[in-house]
Amino acid sequence: MTTKLFGEPVRRREDLRLITGRGRYTDDIGHGALAAAFVRSPYAHARITDIDVDGALDVEGVVAVYTYEDLVGPMAEPLPVLIPHPQLTAPRTGYPLARDVVQHVGEAVVMVVATDRYVAEDVCDRIVVSYEELPVVVGVDAARAAAHAVHEDVPDNVAARHHQETGDVEAALAASAHTLSFTQYIERSACMPMEGKGVHAVWDHDDASLRVHTSTQASTSVRAAIAAKLQLSLEKVEVVAPDVGGGFGVKIVHPWPEELLVPMAAIALGQPVHWAEDRREHFISSAHEREQRQEITVGYDDEGRVTALDVRGWHDNGAYTPYGIIVPIVTATQLVGPYAIPVYRVRIDSVYTNTVIVTPYRGAGRPQGCYAMERTMDRIAQDLGLDRAEVRRRNLIGKDQFPYDHHLTFQDGRPVIYDSGDYEGLLDKLIALVGWDSMDARREEAASRGKQLGVGMAMYVEGTGPGPYEGGHVQVLGSGKVLVSTGLTSQGQGHETAFAQIVAHELGVPIEDVEVTTGDTRRFGYAVGTFASRAAVMSGNAIALAARGVRAKALRIAADVLEADVEDLEIDEGLVQVKGTPGASIPLRTVAVLSNPLRYAFDEAARQATQFAGPGDDSKPPVAVGDAPGLEHVDYYSPIRSTFASGAHAAVVEIDPTTWEIDVVDYAVVHDCGNIVNPMIVEGQVHGGVAQGVGGALYERMAYDGDGQLQNASFMDFLMPYASEVPDVVIDHQETPSPLNPLGLKGAGEAGVIPGTACIASAIEDAVGRRIAAMPISPTELYDLVRDPDAERVPTREGAPA
Amino acid sequence: MTDVSTERAITVTVNGVARGTTVPVRRLLSDALRHDLELTGTHVGCEHGVCGACTVLVDGTPVRSCLVLAVQVDGKAVTTVEGLARDDGRGGEILHPVQEAFRECHALQCGFCTPGFLMTMAAGLEARDASTDITEEEVDEIVGGNLCRCTGYANIKKACRHAAGLMKEAAR
Amino acid sequence: MKPAPFGYADPTSLDEALTLLAEDGAKVLAGGQSLLPLLSMRLASPATLVDINRIPGLDSVAVSGAGVRVGALVRHADLLHHAEAARVQPLLARATANVAHPAIRNRGTTVGSIAHADPSGEMTSVLALTGGSVTVATPGGPQTVDWADFFVGPLETSVHGPAVVTEAFFPALPPRSGTAFEEVSRRKGDYAVCGAGVTVTLDEDSRVTAARAAYISVGLVPEVHDLTEAVAGRTVAEADWAAAGALARTLVDPDGDLHASADYRRLLVGVLTERTLARAAEEAASR
Repeated sequence: MTTKLFGEPVRRREDLRLITGRGRYTDDIGHGALAAAFVRSPYAHARITDIDVDGALDVEGVVAVYTYEDLVGPMAEPLPVLIPHPQLTAPRTGYPLARDVVQHVGEAVVMVVATDRYVAEDVCDRIVVSYEELPVVVGVDAARAAAHAVHEDVPDNVAARHHQETGDVEAALAASAHTLSFTQYIERSACMPMEGKGVHAVWDHDDASLRVHTSTQASTSVRAAIAAKLQLSLEKVEVVAPDVGGGFGVKIVHPWPEELLVPMAAIALGQPVHWAEDRREHFISSAHEREQRQEITVGYDDEGRVTALDVRGWHDNGAYTPYGIIVPIVTATQLVGPYAIPVYRVRIDSVYTNTVIVTPYRGAGRPQGCYAMERTMDRIAQDLGLDRAEVRRRNLIGKDQFPYDHHLTFQDGRPVIYDSGDYEGLLDKLIALVGWDSMDARREEAASRGKQLGVGMAMYVEGTGPGPYEGGHVQVLGSGKVLVSTGLTSQGQGHETAFAQIVAHELGVPIEDVEVTTGDTRRFGYAVGTFASRAAVMSGNAIALAARGVRAKALRIAADVLEADVEDLEIDEGLVQVKGTPGASIPLRTVAVLSNPLRYAFDEAARQATQFAGPGDDSKPPVAVGDAPGLEHVDYYSPIRSTFASGAHAAVVEIDPTTWEIDVVDYAVVHDCGNIVNPMIVEGQVHGGVAQGVGGALYERMAYDGDGQLQNASFMDFLMPYASEVPDVVIDHQETPSPLNPLGLKGAGEAGVIPGTACIASAIEDAVGRRIAAMPISPTELYDLVRDPDAERVPTREGAPA
Repeated sequence: MTDVSTERAITVTVNGVARGTTVPVRRLLSDALRHDLELTGTHVGCEHGVCGACTVLVDGTPVRSCLVLAVQVDGKAVTTVEGLARDDGRGGEILHPVQEAFRECHALQCGFCTPGFLMTMAAGLEARDASTDITEEEVDEIVGGNLCRCTGYANIKKACRHAAGLMKEAAR
Repeated sequence: MKPAPFGYADPTSLDEALTLLAEDGAKVLAGGQSLLPLLSMRLASPATLVDINRIPGLDSVAVSGAGVRVGALVRHADLLHHAEAARVQPLLARATANVAHPAIRNRGTTVGSIAHADPSGEMTSVLALTGGSVTVATPGGPQTVDWADFFVGPLETSVHGPAVVTEAFFPALPPRSGTAFEEVSRRKGDYAVCGAGVTVTLDEDSRVTAARAAYISVGLVPEVHDLTEAVAGRTVAEADWAAAGALARTLVDPDGDLHASADYRRLLVGVLTERTLARAAEEAASR
């Protein structure tokens, strides 16, 4: 190998177009298309009594107006429940346009198509929808109380009761030396990618085919959904995820109503139709996440070892359950983290409220689970007067205990069996990295500046790379160019670079020759999507396998030409050569030409493969039985189960005890995602995740009032951190490769966000000596807490008794 | 007497080229650039002036193009991300130091906020004395007004320092 | 989020502007940094925008011994970087540094933010604290309106009918005086959760003769609070700034919102008052 590529911080191949303004995001496509805009419900729960469009039809530039009445066939049926589950006993989904009843502010009621977006919004303003207001349910506690029902036929507001247990938890608790029970809350945030959603649909009348660009994390499944809903044959629908301006989960949900309605209009009108979601729409009609109430009972021995854990949770799933109960399942199963919990029971009710739907946001239930488990560890430590790190250490799964079976069922229906890890190694590195053992000196130093300093830590294990599968296609062209495609999509993770590194490494070609396409159903039709930190694990391995297939074929053809044994050949820098015999070589591009026996010499290179080009073996057919023309290979990777990444974070906060401002002064990350394809990209993922973790802990929340109105549906009041709010992050790595996949990878996309809320809550608690049981927390809330005489006091030094 | 118009023909020098177009007066500059002039490098992230993705230079000064009407730049010079790199005279381009730095430092992931950061940073660095070392306060000021959801800003700040370094070298 | 239709005119004289503004639903457009979001969210839909950016003579900062005259087209950034203005009235630069982020300051105008009369804007309170005034062009001729008569309510001023606020006048900092300005905001650059601007004046023996404060995001209109009684006659070293802070807390009547409770704002009024008065007094002593 002349250049090592796998594991190197290779600069991203995506960047040149993105830094010069040549990226192509959905809203950049299709100038002059008709524009769609939506009339959305201003009420959280109401019956539609009338829709009067008369005043709108004379606006110059209006092209079409659609209501539920205009939907036919499958479009008039509810949107799919994407992930059914036996415990999801009362699934409910909305319609592409509201039918009779609206269930949250922002639900689409009317679609307008006009000559441009300005005009479309003018038309929306002229449409009068009459509503009869219905009682509104906001928040888990109101949903649970069920004084009112969100869905008339679900009177208890419970969509699902998720329940798993690994033994007799009540007996185990009864037998425990100590028990603690407590309740805590975590509020909503949202993915909030900088690019909202967007759909551009073009109907080719002559070909009777549809091409849709959509800002999605799952183009193949959007394609299938569009075909099903619009009653088109699958091969007549192509869906492309072009450059996507961030996803973080919200774009894995599909089909969004707009992904169906915009193509529907394009077909009906015979003209391209375009919709670009604006920021307000994104706040009130896309998805949120995180809100849960957690009641935890833990049993433990004198040393702080957990003997039993019983978690009762309520998860706010919003108005509908299109994405099933993935978030509460992930919370339930990932909650146990790196710890050996002898007996565990978890029961989470997923409840309806008249709010925007709740579907995965980076972390997807894990931040909540981590918050439950890690705060439990803190409480045990405080109760026994032990060091918080030490209590964690005593509960960790040992390095020699892998594979470790939790006897739980994960979100992919497979067992939660940790494949590999070294959790004590993480803890040791974290303690060193953050200076855990020298905090007393730092507390004193901070106090001398009038600040209260606190530190917190949190550990997590993250199931990544769930199946069912992803595929990869690798093709070497006669030009030497290597085309790579995979069906899953990219939203900034650098897949074009990481997958090119894998192919260059596996195939022995210069990375400059490799071109990667993702998320384009014209190139690769089979895929699941980009979520759950799965792209590198799933498509990375599939592409590696495909590249290995190409390599095997190339060596076979080259061996014939070079009259050598396959075992004696190697490929380096795009040249197949006999090891140790300089000159005995053939360029891979020539092998590609020869792989496709030709009759016609359409270009100079092709001459080499034509039928009179050289002596052939006329005892064999030109393409051998079982072989195929072309130097290409498709392969799939389908894992037996998820692979489990892990990590540990620590936050150091300083609190100003006059203003109660909270400053995260240090943030330390130890991260283990197995083998790393590109450490620069992985660190970037961690940085971004930590910023979202800090945002979720201290700044971001969805502030619904009792009427179900989102009070802060703008970037002015929904406080996504600027650079000024994000601490510097120090990162240390540990690599315990996964034994489950050929490349030994574990996912890295979500890790950074998972422990943020838990470790920052712990640090604030440590600084101020008051129990932090509701997150996020703002200075005004902290002020309320510290001056509340009834607020629970907690010790602020390691080992100090409660 | 000045007329009240609902539509205006405007001429704007965009990236050094005079461009004429007729726009409804309510057209936001961001939309005029993206949809009328088909310069889609300028991105729209919030349309209320908070995220900074749409930042362009008007007569050399960074402004939010979603908070300016297209008619208001009639006769002015607008620079967008498409105009940041220089022509190398041989059909290629010479990237601006901030572009080089973003690529070098992995300061972008999805790339959507990137044009706004690049324009803000290019103007911010060009306005300072390139021969001096940039301070952390300057970096904070330059990157502090734009939102990014992917990077956590660490590498954007790094790119700002790196670009300042490149410009310092070039200033020698 | 696209503005509803409106008419647009960009007159080149104040007279023309006033004629245009005489029509129903006409509104002045200066920097537009507060107005355009309202238009795009369709929370405001004026019939006509009268863009004053092409009117000559409104873009200057005139500094004299009496104070600083700021024209209607002077951007926050211009004022922030105006050394001479900062020398005569240091609060101008100190406050504008807290206005949003640079790209907003490059476009937004100081006078526009005063005319917008947002109690969470910095410059309304600075106008009040300095005892400033605005000049308003009207069909009947220019009028000078004292700050106390100008602000009527949140986003509401006493100016009605066709009018353009053409300049704001910020009186100079008196001798032996110092100022300070500080905000607490959720994110840097956000509207303040609470902000405080203060001036302290000393006598020739360095004893406090006046201590006054105005707050941001506290109350419906800018108010100036006289805190002198808590510190009067004390030297800079012995003055009890905390007592002034405590006094300030009793004088204000803040509201709660998403980002801060009324109580928390009151707390911050006390803390920021104490901090800023101490700094302002140090400055006064050193001038």
